[in-house]
Amino acid sequence: MIKVRNSEEKILTLPSFLWLLVLFLLPTLLVVYISFCPADTYGNIQKGFTFAAYSEIINTSFPGILARTLKLSLYTTAICLALGIPVAYEIAKMEKKWQQNMMILIIIPFWTNFLIRIYAWKIILHPEGFLKQFLTSISLIPESASLLYNEGAVLLVLVYTYLPFAILPLYSAAEKFDFHLLEAARDVGSSPMRAFFRVFIPGISQGIISAVMVVFIPALGSYVIPDMVGGPHSEMLGNKIAQRVFIDRNLPRGSALSTLLILAFIIPPIVQIIIRKTRKSFRFPLPGVFHK
Amino acid sequence: MKRSRFPLYLTVAVLLFFWIPIAVLIINSFNASRFGSVWGGFSLKWYVKLFEDRNVWRSLENTAIVAAVSTSVSLVIGSLAGFTLYRYKSGLQKIHMGMVTLPLVIPDILMGMSLLLFFISFNIKLSLFTVILGHITFCISYVAVTILARLQDFDYHIVEAARDLGARGWTLFRRIYIPLLFPGLIAGAMLSLTLSLDDFIITFFTAGPGSSTLPLQIYSMIKFGSPPMINALSTLFFMITFLIAFAYQRFTRRNT
Repeated sequence: MIKVRNSEEKILTLPSFLWLLVLFLLPTLLVVYISFCPADTYGNIQKGFTFAAYSEIINTSFPGILARTLKLSLYTTAICLALGIPVAYEIAKMEKKWQQNMMILIIIPFWTNFLIRIYAWKIILHPEGFLKQFLTSISLIPESASLLYNEGAVLLVLVYTYLPFAILPLYSAAEKFDFHLLEAARDVGSSPMRAFFRVFIPGISQGIISAVMVVFIPALGSYVIPDMVGGPHSEMLGNKIAQRVFIDRNLPRGSALSTLLILAFIIPPIVQIIIRKTRKSFRFPLPGVFHK
Repeated sequence: MKRSRFPLYLTVAVLLFFWIPIAVLIINSFNASRFGSVWGGFSLKWYVKLFEDRNVWRSLENTAIVAAVSTSVSLVIGSLAGFTLYRYKSGLQKIHMGMVTLPLVIPDILMGMSLLLFFISFNIKLSLFTVILGHITFCISYVAVTILARLQDFDYHIVEAARDLGARGWTLFRRIYIPLLFPGLIAGAMLSLTLSLDDFIITFFTAGPGSSTLPLQIYSMIKFGSPPMINALSTLFFMITFLIAFAYQRFTRRNT
């Protein structure tokens, strides 16, 4: 019986397992492999082993790009949390019927294609657009200032794109949060602010962790946003990857940049596992010590 | 004690922030003037121009093919994956789970890049076919996770009861699993349909000449001119996704 079960399991698992093995895992490993291959003069992949792609990246403007990618992703995550947490708090405190309507209102704009949403910002921030005219007419910004093609524009559109993805997990955590705890904290003399930070924030920590995951990781891989509203001084890692592939066609270099991006999100979970493991191994001998 | 009004004001501000760009697009799509900052009167000329554009029609056709094929294939493979992840608790399923969830967390650009290198390395010519392969790959994970969530909600005793009454194999599958999973299957199909319609980056990396989909068409229109037509296209696109999503909402709500 167990034998039959076993083969049944294997047959049913095979299609997805094989598909993802061939078209997901293998291609991802291929990226890492190709990053160590030499390139010929046309940027095609050659046989061999070299660190050339990596040393070329490090010698160019790469460290600056990496720093900017990390900075913009961190800022985006921080702003999304700063806006998303109060919004989640407010919605979770509403009546059930209103909660649903609010979430629908938040999600609907994001049913449009995301290129279209970026384009909408291009219109709004356009040098001849009404926002620029308005801001210059109240002389908040000088005539020569540009709202588009800079880091600020990239950050704004990043926040616009990822904020709903942050609100969703924050809201579902806030919805389960027991608001009586806040009242209890106030009853024992805590200020509203203190209660918010010491009781509400820890209470929705799971939602905060998911929000960080769904904002930070995709932000690291942004390509279209800096490509459309950013300028040459606000490029991110994703732009460099696309440039290596589509413009100056050097596949090993594009792969090396992609490998670094892979590392950027493989390292945190590994570190987490290592910390958890070492903590455990430190914790175990302790009771023994005390028993002696 | 007085409650702070700040979170409420912020929520309203965030909603305005979300809706203003959409409103600007829709209003501008009816603007006779070429420039977004001037109102030149009400006009449908951008819609007419859009309907006369042959590239738009071609990309629409490609989008329909890609979405239909990748939704159907990923629905079958993804449902099987969701089922096995639920049904069996073995070491194999732990690895399987990892493989299914990883595509959900990696940035699109990495998936596009890795597929492109894969196709180049194995001399597979970029075409609509490679685009479909890419779409199926990311849709499988979303379908699997949706089905898995649906299965975790249902009462397995029903299946055991059916077994006790003698249902086996095909009967069990057709009479028990399919009806119970139907809402999950619809949700999975809707999700992969919208994801496939919406995808730009993975398509951008895997598309060959002549296999441009609607998002690729929008991208080139934004990059190389004809802005007012994009407003019209966006408005239509918004209406269509709105209708699909509305149908999806109605359907899932009735069944939960």
